[in-house]
Amino acid sequence: MIPYVIKADKLTKQFGDFVATNQISFEVSKGEIFGFLGANGAGKTTAMRMLCGLLTPTSGAATVAGFDVYKQTEQIKRNIGYMSQKFSLYEDLTVLENIRFYGGIYGLPARELKAESESLLEKLGLQEQSKKLVGSLPLGWKQKLSFSVAILHRPQVVFLDEPTGGVDPVVRRQFWDLIYDAAENGITIFVTTHYMDEAEYCNRVSIMVDGCIEALDTPGGLKTQFKAATMDEVFYQLARGAKRQAD
Amino acid sequence: MRTILFLLQKEFRQIFRNRSILPIIFVMPLMQLIVLPLAADYEVKNINLAVVDHDHSPYSAQLCAKISGSGYFRLVNYGSDFKTAFELIETDKADLVLEIPAGFERTVVRENEDKVFIAVNAINGVKAGLGGSYLNRILNDFNQDIRLKWMQLPRYNPMPVVEVTSSVWFNPHMNYNFFMVPGILAILVTMMGSYMTALNIVKEKEIGTIEQLNVTPIRKHHFVLGKLIPFWVLGMFVFSVGLFIIARLIYGIVPLGGIALLYGFLAVYLLAILGLGLLISTYCDTQQQAMSVTFFFMMIFMLMSGLFTSIDSMPIWAKGIAYLSPVTYFIEVVRMIVLKGSTFTDLKIHFAAIASFAVVLNTWAILNYKKRS
Repeated sequence: MIPYVIKADKLTKQFGDFVATNQISFEVSKGEIFGFLGANGAGKTTAMRMLCGLLTPTSGAATVAGFDVYKQTEQIKRNIGYMSQKFSLYEDLTVLENIRFYGGIYGLPARELKAESESLLEKLGLQEQSKKLVGSLPLGWKQKLSFSVAILHRPQVVFLDEPTGGVDPVVRRQFWDLIYDAAENGITIFVTTHYMDEAEYCNRVSIMVDGCIEALDTPGGLKTQFKAATMDEVFYQLARGAKRQAD
Repeated sequence: MRTILFLLQKEFRQIFRNRSILPIIFVMPLMQLIVLPLAADYEVKNINLAVVDHDHSPYSAQLCAKISGSGYFRLVNYGSDFKTAFELIETDKADLVLEIPAGFERTVVRENEDKVFIAVNAINGVKAGLGGSYLNRILNDFNQDIRLKWMQLPRYNPMPVVEVTSSVWFNPHMNYNFFMVPGILAILVTMMGSYMTALNIVKEKEIGTIEQLNVTPIRKHHFVLGKLIPFWVLGMFVFSVGLFIIARLIYGIVPLGGIALLYGFLAVYLLAILGLGLLISTYCDTQQQAMSVTFFFMMIFMLMSGLFTSIDSMPIWAKGIAYLSPVTYFIEVVRMIVLKGSTFTDLKIHFAAIASFAVVLNTWAILNYKKRS
């Protein structure tokens, strides 16, 4: 039996009459890079927030890292990393202070924290900038730093909500190198994106339309299934039918 | 415990790094404490007086000299035309008109009485009321002087007179600053505590870092303590500077009561007021909202907590509101300890009230603060 790190079963979130995510079911195994695609307003962020324990589902079931999303949110939080759409490091703290702060509140022991932050700075080539305020860094570096901080405490899963929005292709490439690196170390990646070339980098991809998962397979499988040459075409065929207006 | 330390370290770093907040925390309250008590003074001086003298006699001149000699009045016009004087009132150049009738001296001497006329510009009610009564007192005095001069006093005073001598306690020189400084100090601590806490937390909501904190294993009470402790410390600091440096050196106010008692009250009171800031932050999503809501409460606190006006003279409903504000109790406490040297026994009710505010506001805020929606 393959141990699933994320398992969702008919997970639903309703805001009043509006069904943001409608009975979505999927599994993600350990070390997998799972692409979570969909048009704006399709319900990706809502689904992700439920899995992170930020939002209580209306119905359905889900476990993350083996913990229940209704009752065991605090245990979930200890085992996941999260990088939201909004940049969420403290701009008025330095690079090193941010690393130490987030490492600290996840309970990393002092010695480990010191070693980890040094290796992180080295990996990102930020040693020179370690005493600079995060607010003064270019966006690409901020995003890379943000990701590295999200996996500092070695979570089982890391949730990335459009992590590469607004950064240039070179940085996006470097960002995906970091993702592969993390996946190789056994961290499961759950990522949303609007870039179809990034979808190709994923092991498996799901595409959401109007709150439902309409397709789920490897990028190659999806292309065969929809008789398309690129992921772009696959996405277009599915998202074209969407009734919801983008937000 | 270690989590709280990390949170505190972050909070203090951010506060001390913020170049726009730092002066607001440290310089502004102290400047206000220096300036406000000097301006917020109930004694009315410089009342502009226009005299219409139809008599032009030595007596009327004597009366005028007596009035301007009192130090409260400033003679802006001396003439014999009421119309001119009235125009001065209309153009706001005069607050009072004193009209001395023709034949004033003669009538006073011959008939032992005469009437003068006082017209008061009551747009500024306090100034008019006090000015009118000052003038009345001076006229009374003048009356007595004349009587003494002209009347043959019988051996025994025909009318029994009860004269009042008063002794002023707790503020013997009736120095207005003694009353205002402790009150303003209390208000400043309140403003700082509530604004800073509310804005700080809502700012994290606005920039989205609070969501990042919500996906970490930080417990609710860690987060709340991490936010309250820094501002509690700052509140203590600002109060101390105000009390020991400004109140003592500039106004010469030395607390009569126990310093420990005062700080005990301050410690609990700060909890209450930080709790209010915390509560506001849980209901607001933007700094603008938080600012407006806090401003609403501050207005009520400033005007209804007995800082400027006596609560005893408020209507019943207003008294009700006044005693629903923690600030009312704290201002009373500070004044009583500093000026009167009250002890805990005198302040038991105040303590119970402030402590209840602290418990209720913080519990409410913590219940309303949600890590998930």
